[in-house]
Amino acid sequence: MAIWLTERSRIIVQGMTGSEGTKHTRRMLASGANVVGGVNARKAGTVHEGLPVFGSVAEAMDKTGADVSVVFVPPAFTKGAVKEAIDAAVPLCVVITEGVPVHDSTEAWAYAVAKGNATRIIGPNCPGIASPDASNAGIIPADITRPGPVGLVSKSGTLTYQLMYELADVGFSTAVGIGGDPVIGTTHIDALAAFEADPQTEAIVMIGEIGGDAEERAAAFIERSVTKPVVAYVAGFTAPEGKTMGHAGAIVSGSSGTAQAKKEALEKVGVRVGKTPSETAALMREIMRSRA
Amino acid sequence: MDLFEHQAKDLFAAYGIPVPRGIVAHTPEEARGAAEQLTGRVVVKAQVKTGGRGKAGGVKLADDAADAAKKATEILGMDIKGHTVHKVLVEEASAIAEEYYFSFLLDRANRDFLAICSASGGMDIEEVAHTAPEKVAKVSISPLTGVDRTKAKEIAQAGGLPARALEGAAELIEKLWCAFVDEDATLVEVNPMILAADGQVKALDGKVTLDDNAAFRQPDHEALADKSAEDPLEAAAKARDLNYVKLDGSVGIIGNGAGLVMSTLDVVAYAGEPFGGQRPANFLDIGGGASAEVMAAGLEIILSDPSVRSIFVNVFGGITACDAVANGVVAAFRLLEERGEAVSRPLVVRLDGNNAALGRQILADANLAGVELVDTMDDAARRAAELAAVGVS
Repeated sequence: MAIWLTERSRIIVQGMTGSEGTKHTRRMLASGANVVGGVNARKAGTVHEGLPVFGSVAEAMDKTGADVSVVFVPPAFTKGAVKEAIDAAVPLCVVITEGVPVHDSTEAWAYAVAKGNATRIIGPNCPGIASPDASNAGIIPADITRPGPVGLVSKSGTLTYQLMYELADVGFSTAVGIGGDPVIGTTHIDALAAFEADPQTEAIVMIGEIGGDAEERAAAFIERSVTKPVVAYVAGFTAPEGKTMGHAGAIVSGSSGTAQAKKEALEKVGVRVGKTPSETAALMREIMRSRA
Repeated sequence: MDLFEHQAKDLFAAYGIPVPRGIVAHTPEEARGAAEQLTGRVVVKAQVKTGGRGKAGGVKLADDAADAAKKATEILGMDIKGHTVHKVLVEEASAIAEEYYFSFLLDRANRDFLAICSASGGMDIEEVAHTAPEKVAKVSISPLTGVDRTKAKEIAQAGGLPARALEGAAELIEKLWCAFVDEDATLVEVNPMILAADGQVKALDGKVTLDDNAAFRQPDHEALADKSAEDPLEAAAKARDLNYVKLDGSVGIIGNGAGLVMSTLDVVAYAGEPFGGQRPANFLDIGGGASAEVMAAGLEIILSDPSVRSIFVNVFGGITACDAVANGVVAAFRLLEERGEAVSRPLVVRLDGNNAALGRQILADANLAGVELVDTMDDAARRAAELAAVGVS
């Protein structure tokens, strides 16, 4: 078993007919993911990349039995697309779009909560979620790793790929890119809890970066509720105060949100934190060896 | 983007929030003129995007126009926490009866908004929050329900504001909420929010942070950017749509993905310790695509930084395979050659991920001058730091 995304997942793509949507629908299909259709109200009834295009998420779910939606629509329309997915109560909505105004993300989150949290939102500004050899919802290159016992949760896309690649020999149950925005739907804690409950996952890699206090809160959660071994990596030790480092949420404000504080919080609860991505992979390999 | 106080107050005024009359001055003479226009006592306030101006001596009362010019002379050019004062706000002096604190901000942890209100406003609000947290009300605000007059009054009451200030404060708070939402702000702070002697509640100071992601629907915000304070390299990079931050080291960095680039900076700083403390010269994320044009633009920016002594190109081939990235590097070199800009500093390239072997082969075959291929990120960082330490070899 993987978390949230399995070989039975049926995926639709909101914004499938756009250039990014087209490109990544093709990649998802090539990786073996079960993409069953797309949504674009203006192109409803047409066929794109060999898949039917529906007028709404609700219609697409009704006609295809889809239970996952991947969102590629531009930032100006992302809030509307996510609210539509929430209204349709799709169980998982993966928002790839980068550059969504934070007022929109916050409103979409409040809307999801008000509707009873029937939809798990991952992202925005994330690479998505991949369960190797089972399914792939988003833009994570599926072919850099294989199935295995490690669960991965990360704020960063390329660091996710880097770790998946470095630990390809060990393999992954699921890798979740939760995104680098200040307000996101699925947190480190959500993923840690799911990996803790997942029988296939034996150990967890957690990747954080500067900004906010999600890593500190994850550390507190690990101390309380995670029994499986966790190794971590935190990026941004050299980031200057007050500068946004690529991701909208990656900013040290005053003395808060520093990489050092996150590392210390994690180490305090017994999580080993790698100095570099390679060292982090080595720490995980050591753990898996000691369990074998 | 953070705004200057005078910009924040212009914004407040546009939403009907009472602010003192004020004029921006860049010289003592302009300050004199401003004070003459305002008449009476004025306050001369340093315009810098940092807190603690009052304590640093950046806010002074002036009795008349001549005094305003004198105070402006003292303040202009001051350094406040690393920010040089280039302009002052000359403002009519307010008769302050009481000082309160108010702000709306994004609450990342709770994924909603937060109103913070206290009757104990002014310069020591952080001290109050620390020593007497019960005097600072924190009220969660749902983006679905927002803040109307009734809610605004509740917040003011929770903050302990006296009855005589409640109506005025509620009106100000409601208008401030409109500004917060309509302008896509992540912070609007009024400290102090004052009860004036005449009973009016006013914003005596203003701090605003705007969400850069909302630029596409906030066309007026671009004019608020402080172009003069921008690092010239950062400005040049921005003009080319590159995600670049200037740092103070000697190893130029190009990578793909914000997390990987941040990580690259750390690994270079770590590897640079034994080489006389070599550190990264910049953050530059060329994105998942890593095309030849973007690679060339990135190399150009980094080569125009005189403090760069070596360059580390760190790419993980995920969505874009490494052979495409390698072709991008080769094409970027050709593009730069055509423009007469030789790559004059050593370049260490690390390619990993999809088609890494093929990518490395392409770079080896191209035999570009000064380009070294190193297999792992850690080793490549060490080599780049070493090259920066010895200079152009």
